[in-house]
Order: sequence, then C-alpha cells, then structure tokens
Amino acid sequence: MVQALAQEMEWIARILRGERDLFHELIRPYERVVFLTAVSVLRDSTEAEDAAQEAMIKAYRGLASFRGDAKFSTWLTTITLNEARSRLRKSGRVKVESLDNSDPEEDFTPFLVADWREIPSETLEREELAQHIQSAIEGLPPSYREVFLLRDKEEMSIEEIAQALGVTANLVKVRLFRARMMLQKQLAPYLKRELPQRRRWFSWLGGRA
Amino acid sequence: MKLDCKHVWPYISDYIDDTVTPEERRAIEEHLEHCEICSAILDSVHNILVLTADDRIFRLPLGYSERLHERIGEELAKAAPGGEGFGPE
Repeated sequence: MVQALAQEMEWIARILRGERDLFHELIRPYERVVFLTAVSVLRDSTEAEDAAQEAMIKAYRGLASFRGDAKFSTWLTTITLNEARSRLRKSGRVKVESLDNSDPEEDFTPFLVADWREIPSETLEREELAQHIQSAIEGLPPSYREVFLLRDKEEMSIEEIAQALGVTANLVKVRLFRARMMLQKQLAPYLKRELPQRRRWFSWLGGRA
Repeated sequence: MKLDCKHVWPYISDYIDDTVTPEERRAIEEHLEHCEICSAILDSVHNILVLTADDRIFRLPLGYSERLHERIGEELAKAAPGGEGFGPE
C-alpha cells in the first residue's frame, strides 16, 4: 500500500511536469469508487456517471493542490462527494438535510431470527432479489447510505471515510452500525420469506424448468 | 463483563469490523456461544454484507469506463493540470 502511494505520488509529479496521459492510469483503480460515491448521494446511475466524470475532471484540474496528506483515493472521494452533493442541491430534489438525519425515536434493534441459513451470492442472479437489496440500500437515510457504501462496498477504512466526509471516526461507526441494522431489519425477513429453504427453492426452480 | 442480548446488538457492527476491545470481544463471544438468536442475527448481518458487496448490486453502467476515459482524454488535450486555490472544501 505504501508502495502504491509512492507510485501515485511519482505519477502525479510526472503528470504535473507534462506527462498528461498518465492521468488515465492514475485514476483507473478508482473508477468504481468514484461512481459508487456519486450514486450513494444521487441514487441515479445516469446522474452519478455525469458527476463521476465531472469529479475526475476537477481532480485533474486541481491535481497540483493534492499534497499527499490523505490518500489519493480519499481526496478523490471528497471531490466526488462535493460534486454529487452540489448537483443534488441544484436539482432541488432535496431540501437541506441535516447532517445526522437520525430520528431520536428510531429503533435500531435487529430483526430476531432463531436460525440463519446462509444465502449464497449466486442467488443474486435473480434480478428481483438483487433489485430489492439495492432498493433497500437506496432507501437508507443519505448519511447512512454514504458511509455504508464506502465501507461495505468499497472497503474503505473507518479513518479514510471519516477523512473523506470530514466527520469523526466515531460518527462514521455510529452511522455504519445504524445502516447495517436497518438493512438487516429490512432484508432478513425478506430473504427468509423469499428463500425459506434452499431445498424448496431449488425444487421450485426445477419445477419451473 | 457479562452481556445480555440487547447489549450485544450495538456491538455487532464493531465486532464484524474487529474494532472492539479484547475484553468486549471475549464478552460477546461468551454470549454468542450460548445464544442462538444473537448468533443467528450476527450470521444474518454478515450474510447481508456479503450479498450487498457483490458486484451485481449497483452495477457500473455499461460503457462507463470507456466514456469516462474519452471525456478525460478530451480534457487532457485541452489543458495542463492546475491547482491554484483548488481542493476539497
């Protein structure tokens, strides 16, 4: 990881000295995180793609201001968040949302299950199942959704997320806990209902085939 | 340190991320050993995280990377990178 950072710093220096095309290589590993960050705010693929492109262009235009205090990916994530949030504000789709949209009455107890049979990833081939899971994530309050996607899809560390969002690590953990509990509460009963027993599901598939 | 179910739940997230203290970890594991419900809850959260991390959830739009690099290419042809007075707020 240290090596990757050194490599990135070297590339950035070379880009700034005129080897502009290296910028393509510099951002290649982060195409996905930039898109997901944008989608976490905008919840729309087309808008997220536009925001992702714009964020990358802004990163290029502002490359000389990257000092290496944070990881390049964190810097890029912050630029993307700013770009996506500014688009959301301009679109008027959202009134000003408080930074921590928690309802004090909100209950973060999980859905109680007596036993859990593992649901394998292959079941996501079922389009409606994948769509349902995605909708549940999209339905999270914005500040929870951002943290959840950065941590559980992009595997950024708590500290990196805190840095990118400009909040404390503790707040990141609280939001993450709430996001995960909300998803468990919503998805566990759904998954149990949709996939009650693997055997039954397979026989259902067999019956249809 | 002895925990009942309600006190275990707030730790599930940190437990998964391995950010609990050794003492908390011991107490949680002691509880999980004899509590089927909390074990099942932990399994369900873990399973849901594996499913949500899958690439089939929030797929990248088709052609996203190509369009991105095309746009970057146009920008690179236009101008050298800058930086004065720029940066994340």
